[in-house]
Amino acid sequence: MEYTWDFKVILDSFPLLLRGLVVTIELWILAFAIGLSLGFAVSLARVSSRGWLNAPAIGYVEIFRNTPVLVQLIWFYYAFPIVLGAQLSPFTAAALSLTLNTSAYCAEIFRGGIVSIARGQWEGAKAIGMTRAMTMRRVILPQVLKRMLPAFTNRGIELAKVTSLASLLAVNELMYQGRLLSSTYYRPLEILTVVALVYFVLIYPGSYLSARLERRLAARD
Amino acid sequence: MSDTVIRIRNLHKRFGDLHVVKGVDLEVKRGERIAIIGASGSGKSTILRCLNFMEMPSDGTIELDGKLLGTEGRANDGGAARTYSESELCEVRTRVGMVFQQFNLFPHMTVLENVMEGLITVKRTPKGAARSRATEQLAKVGLQDKLHAYPGKLSGGQQQRVAIARALAMDPEVLLFDEPTSSLDPELVGEVLRVIHALAEEGRTMLLVTHELGFAYHFADRVVFIADGIVYETGTADDVLKHPTKERTQAFLARFTERAF
Repeated sequence: MEYTWDFKVILDSFPLLLRGLVVTIELWILAFAIGLSLGFAVSLARVSSRGWLNAPAIGYVEIFRNTPVLVQLIWFYYAFPIVLGAQLSPFTAAALSLTLNTSAYCAEIFRGGIVSIARGQWEGAKAIGMTRAMTMRRVILPQVLKRMLPAFTNRGIELAKVTSLASLLAVNELMYQGRLLSSTYYRPLEILTVVALVYFVLIYPGSYLSARLERRLAARD
Repeated sequence: MSDTVIRIRNLHKRFGDLHVVKGVDLEVKRGERIAIIGASGSGKSTILRCLNFMEMPSDGTIELDGKLLGTEGRANDGGAARTYSESELCEVRTRVGMVFQQFNLFPHMTVLENVMEGLITVKRTPKGAARSRATEQLAKVGLQDKLHAYPGKLSGGQQQRVAIARALAMDPEVLLFDEPTSSLDPELVGEVLRVIHALAEEGRTMLLVTHELGFAYHFADRVVFIADGIVYETGTADDVLKHPTKERTQAFLARFTERAF
């Protein structure tokens, strides 16, 4: 292969890539934090015995889990504003769709954890007069959070990768800056390789921690 | 305050098409100790579990200290089930404690924390007072040296004694025991029965569902024999266990003696 690497291009484009990285991280943290909280609320509806809470929650989770993220992203940018009657900024549309998508997956993780706790724990708490909410907070969640940690870490990793799709809505995150720079300098090999490396550095610690965590939890059981 | 703590009238419980409890009337007097016996599947545990609403009665009424619980409900599954608010049920459950066959201790809390939990979250007792009350109850069941152990490190008999202390900490008016020794290794049954016996001496109102007929005989003022979801025969321990008058009670007891030898 006859190719002369131009490393100066990387140095020149670094400030812009860094700015993109900041937007990626913003999108990531925002979607993950709100997705987790919303997912918990959805999971409570999902485990409820009341049909009017349960059925919509199932529908919500299944729609987000069984359609491509890319379709969701584009739908929220181009289609949702028509329903809403107001235009969304690319960042808002991307953040919204990634948040809802994440919340659907997190709801399933929470639900799995909650139902994995034996009925006896609910009864033990009930028998001393604890309400359902108290039991959830003091008895059920403390036992399942640890168990769910690997699944949430995986979710976080997946989300970090999926944020790159926001570049298709022209959200100026890392991938978008990478594509912009590579076509400006005509140096896709250098720039896109660096983009991939930056993603790797961002995501790998999470993967590593998750794998270690999973091994540790497996050893304990 | 009346002499009757709990009065059950026409209690029914259905699980779908399965009619498990078919019209039970029972009165529990203050300080009374009642043993509920009967074959597996006779509905004896379900009756007990309706008393603190671990199971919701399908029909019938329950009075606690003369107060009728719940409100006239909408008819579901064709019955006249009453409706109960969560706050009422929680209040009732602090007054009617329960000890389960499977202990149901919280594995992520120490023994002391298990016993303090209800005091802190439900009764809003200050931490220091809760700690000393919990310690006291644990001493009573002989576990003062296990305060900081986790339930998983204890034997079944010790776990069940923690569960008893946890129920006692709430100072219930009535204590329900749902086959408290059925999941224990035979050599651990004695220590739990001794604790229950000591509570009986204190004059606590207790209902015990059990297969330990020998213990029931010494423990109970009154024995209730359940068959097919109804109170089939009831009377003093002597009446029911030594001189049963009805056919099925006799058959049940005969089977028991056979099995014991």
